[in-house]
Amino acid sequence: MMWLRRNIVLILGLLVLVYTFIPIFVVVLMSFNDPSSRNVYRFDGFTLDNWTNFCGPAGMCDALWKSVQIGFLATLVATILGTLAAFALVRWDFAFRSSTNLLIFLPMAAPEIVLGSSLLALFVSAGFAGQLGFWTILVAHIMFCLSFVVVTVRSRLAGMSDTLEQAAMDLYATPQQTFWRVTFPLVFPGILGAALLSFSLSFDDFIITNLNAGTETTFPMYVWGAAQRGVPMQVNAVGTLMFVVSVVIVVGGELNNRRRQRALA
Amino acid sequence: MTSTAGTAPVAVTDVAPPADNGRSRGPGAYLLIIPGLAWLLLFFVIPFYSLVATSLYDPSGSDLRGYDMTYHVANYWTALSDYWGPLLRSLLYGAIATLFCLVLGYVLAYTIAFKVGRWKNLMLVLVIAPFFTSFLLRTLSWKLILADDGYVVDLLQTLHLLGDDGRLLATPFAVVAGLTYNFLPFMVLPLFASIDKIDHRLIEASSDLYANSFVGFWKVTWPLSLPGVVSGTLLTFIPAVGDYINQTLLGTPNQRMIGTVIQSQFTDANNYPIAAALSMMLMVLILVMVLFYVRKAGTEELL
Repeated sequence: MMWLRRNIVLILGLLVLVYTFIPIFVVVLMSFNDPSSRNVYRFDGFTLDNWTNFCGPAGMCDALWKSVQIGFLATLVATILGTLAAFALVRWDFAFRSSTNLLIFLPMAAPEIVLGSSLLALFVSAGFAGQLGFWTILVAHIMFCLSFVVVTVRSRLAGMSDTLEQAAMDLYATPQQTFWRVTFPLVFPGILGAALLSFSLSFDDFIITNLNAGTETTFPMYVWGAAQRGVPMQVNAVGTLMFVVSVVIVVGGELNNRRRQRALA
Repeated sequence: MTSTAGTAPVAVTDVAPPADNGRSRGPGAYLLIIPGLAWLLLFFVIPFYSLVATSLYDPSGSDLRGYDMTYHVANYWTALSDYWGPLLRSLLYGAIATLFCLVLGYVLAYTIAFKVGRWKNLMLVLVIAPFFTSFLLRTLSWKLILADDGYVVDLLQTLHLLGDDGRLLATPFAVVAGLTYNFLPFMVLPLFASIDKIDHRLIEASSDLYANSFVGFWKVTWPLSLPGVVSGTLLTFIPAVGDYINQTLLGTPNQRMIGTVIQSQFTDANNYPIAAALSMMLMVLILVMVLFYVRKAGTEELL
């Protein structure tokens, strides 16, 4: 009884953590499901078919590939633009600096439906109503990823002391050498984190994409469409794969951090 | 160094002299900031202007033929009188889901910050990990879990907590539960950032001064975690109010949220002016509530 009273918070906390994993457990389980009919969505029997016949459902892998392409391009552009902006905001003084900070915060604070509908309003007003598709999705994704990149890289930069850079300068390194050999490696984990965040935001976005996609189909849009008709079990294999890959990346990064810290100590 | 910088003659060099706050001055900043800023101006600020314009178009046009600008303010009146129900429902669902998130998120963030010692980083990873799987798939999983012939409904019926024909799916409960689940990390991360910074000695001091653990929590931990509470509730409430995925997959079509209405007005009904007016109203309502809330909570910095 004493033990329970002392550990009640810890137990409740772990229960909440377990709760966050319940749907993941279902996704993994359903990726091995052998459904009796397309309309019944429950576990009927074990099979590996969803994994061996991964691209079975018509259009699913095309949508998946489209999402990967958009995610990759959006991440590339947003990471470059966002990193440059983060450097400007932390390291430089310029006119309207604080209003720039506000402008970067706003897209993260606006509901997605508002962001998506205003972009659609722009595209329609500009006469692009018939040309919605890959490029309009890409433009939208770069827009909402950008703020997250700036915020992530900015916090890494702001938390960094400039002593190492000053030491490099004292040792006659040119500004270019200082930047590429000292500053950039120090900021790089922040940039990498920002890029991973961008990719997952872009890859998973539905609300903004759906409004600006025209007839193009990304993976979340495929799932949405399938949800109205009956979901093929292969989407759960994709979900499982996404989960495993992101856990490997994040845990790998964490272990790498520990190894480095131990090496430094 | 800064104390002499004001009086020393400024040497003309190719390196910009540091400003008083340690930041460089010079045109370099503009080279760095302009690409990103231009993107946001073109695809965030100008679209917002288009949204305002679209909300004032004559509603008799269409997206392909084009609209006439007639400053038709009546669009707002039409939108409000037709859809005040979904608008209120969204604010209500969003508020309840935010409250649930606050309770669950606080317990989790507190546990990670204070109770797990060196497992802190691993726990943080575990908190984020489930949310890297598709939002839609997670929501579909809840649909399966809460289904009429599922284990949860069976259990509740056996315990007589739910009538024999009672259901969870297609009820407001399912929608709020889905919103709570999906936006939980937006609550946990800012809460953790705040709670993790709290100095343990302050809590020890409160117990030295004969506060029991509840009083200690209420007088010390909770007030110190308020910045996290404010940003966490905002980051949860805003997306939850605008979301329509949970409502569509877990709720019923006759209890729509405002996001569902805006989406269908844009893509199915092609009624752009009304959809834009609804979108504007949602934005303004949220802004007003956020400003009021931030002033009440007394925290000026948002993130």
